Amino acid sequence: MENSIDKYQPVIGLEIHAQLSTKSKAFSSDSAEYGELPNSHISAITLAHPGTLPRLNKEVVNFAIKLGLATHSEINKYNIFARKNYFYPDLPKGYQISQHTGPVCSNGSVTIKNKSGVKKQIGLIRIHIEEDAGKSMHDQDPEDSLVDLNRAGVPLLEIVTKPEIYSSEEAHLFLSEMRKLLRYLEICDGNMEEGSMRCDANISIKKKEDEKLGTRTEVKNLNSFKNIRSAIEYEIQRQIELIESGNRVKQETRRFDAHSGKTFVLRSKEQADDYRYFPEPDLSPVVISAEWIEQIQRQMPGLPEELYEKYVNQFGLSHYDAVVITETKEIALYFEELVMHTSNYKSAANWVTVTVKSYLNELGIGIHEYPVSPVKIAELINMIDNQLISNHIAEKQIYPLMLTHKEKMPGDIAKEMNLLQTNDTGLLNELVEKAIEKYPEKILEYKNGKKGLLGLFVGEVMKLSKGKAEPKAVNRLVLEKLEGN
Amino acid sequence: MAPVITESTVDKLAHLARLSFEGESKQKIIKDLNNILGFVEKLNELDTEGVPALTHISSEINNLREDKVIQNITREDALKNAPKKDSFYFRVPKVIGE
Repeated sequence: MENSIDKYQPVIGLEIHAQLSTKSKAFSSDSAEYGELPNSHISAITLAHPGTLPRLNKEVVNFAIKLGLATHSEINKYNIFARKNYFYPDLPKGYQISQHTGPVCSNGSVTIKNKSGVKKQIGLIRIHIEEDAGKSMHDQDPEDSLVDLNRAGVPLLEIVTKPEIYSSEEAHLFLSEMRKLLRYLEICDGNMEEGSMRCDANISIKKKEDEKLGTRTEVKNLNSFKNIRSAIEYEIQRQIELIESGNRVKQETRRFDAHSGKTFVLRSKEQADDYRYFPEPDLSPVVISAEWIEQIQRQMPGLPEELYEKYVNQFGLSHYDAVVITETKEIALYFEELVMHTSNYKSAANWVTVTVKSYLNELGIGIHEYPVSPVKIAELINMIDNQLISNHIAEKQIYPLMLTHKEKMPGDIAKEMNLLQTNDTGLLNELVEKAIEKYPEKILEYKNGKKGLLGLFVGEVMKLSKGKAEPKAVNRLVLEKLEGN
Repeated sequence: MAPVITESTVDKLAHLARLSFEGESKQKIIKDLNNILGFVEKLNELDTEGVPALTHISSEINNLREDKVIQNITREDALKNAPKKDSFYFRVPKVIGE
């Protein structure tokens, strides 16, 4: 099987539904919040009572423009909505308001980076505005399905990629990049478990040398990063086995079952969906002017991709550090403030990716709960760089006190605790004398050529000074002493 | 004009709308739908070459509202007209699948 796998190229396109974090719904004023008791967030419009008219939430368009700008998309100037007709009890109107022709954004792209920092651009066919459906529960009662309409009408952006994703790894990278973007823009919380970000995958395989794509299957219900990887890997394997055994892949919709790790047929495309799209006459067209786009442009935060480039190219940070720092907007903002107060970017990155991160991970908290402000970390870094304190003292003695004494600057702590490093030659020479007296036999060994013993004496002086001696000065003084004698 | 709506079109539409037509009522709906299409067909006599499709009668654009929550009705109100319900949910005949 090993060889036959190598003959094939998987081709994957993703459809992502991002639930927008607006306060109210897309076309009515009832709350869009998640987690309320069933059928609390409802209105005559949500319930599709006769004579009600939808009215679009302006914020939905703002959010769509934001994502459009962040993905380098073309933004459609003249937008109309369409009715997508299908019959289902959690869709009270009997149609979903969506966009069919002329999505709000098209031809965008997102750059993904693998572990080694190698970049790849994934094209986006379209991003369009639509509304979510309600929720049906089939397992609560033997006869009835129960319907909760809290989610009905909550705004969504549907993001459709080009078939340019070639492995489950790339699908994972794309999805986490997209989630990062949505979170930086603060337009969707990206919580897959709660369903505020959902993903379907179109998967096909083709022989590597073939131009034409194979028949694809669509896998639904991918509600975690892990499921997406497993479902894609399972589906690729299934399709290869089908073709290798002389069968054909059928175009169908499949569902991923997380328990068995397999995909199952939901419906075949022979009973093709017939949504009978037509323009929604109840909603006036939305015209997006250049001024509107500019206004949104001015509100755009620094995006992970731009920050990553800055950190790697201007600050000289490693791919790893840049990825860890840009992972969330909050960490990136913390780092941005930190580097306003110190120009030792490498050291700043180390503090954030190691010390700060491990504190957050240990307590399971976000950086907004981290007790030490960036200004203080910057002062600590600058004190080390100016050789006022050693790294060791900074980490082991001053930093722990900064965590518990929020009001104190590291400089004050160092002074109070008498931890400032000394390069006072008189004092240091005394300590050097002491260290040398302690090991008379080592002096002989040193003189007989065991030059490595220098470290022993320097270490001893550092110990005597309780870490406050400035190592370079000590090194010089010890050397003078040993060589001079 | 030959009738566009046949028995199989009605079967398909009925399935999509989860309705069922049998016997006389099926014949009646076939006739009605053909009449409606025949009536609208009249419009095709006009030459609309080069005329963009009209999607909206009014020239109004950007009828947007601010993102503010206004909760007008309660769950009780919402469930009031439902043929079947409990204290929290609408109840409908079991539907499985997509």
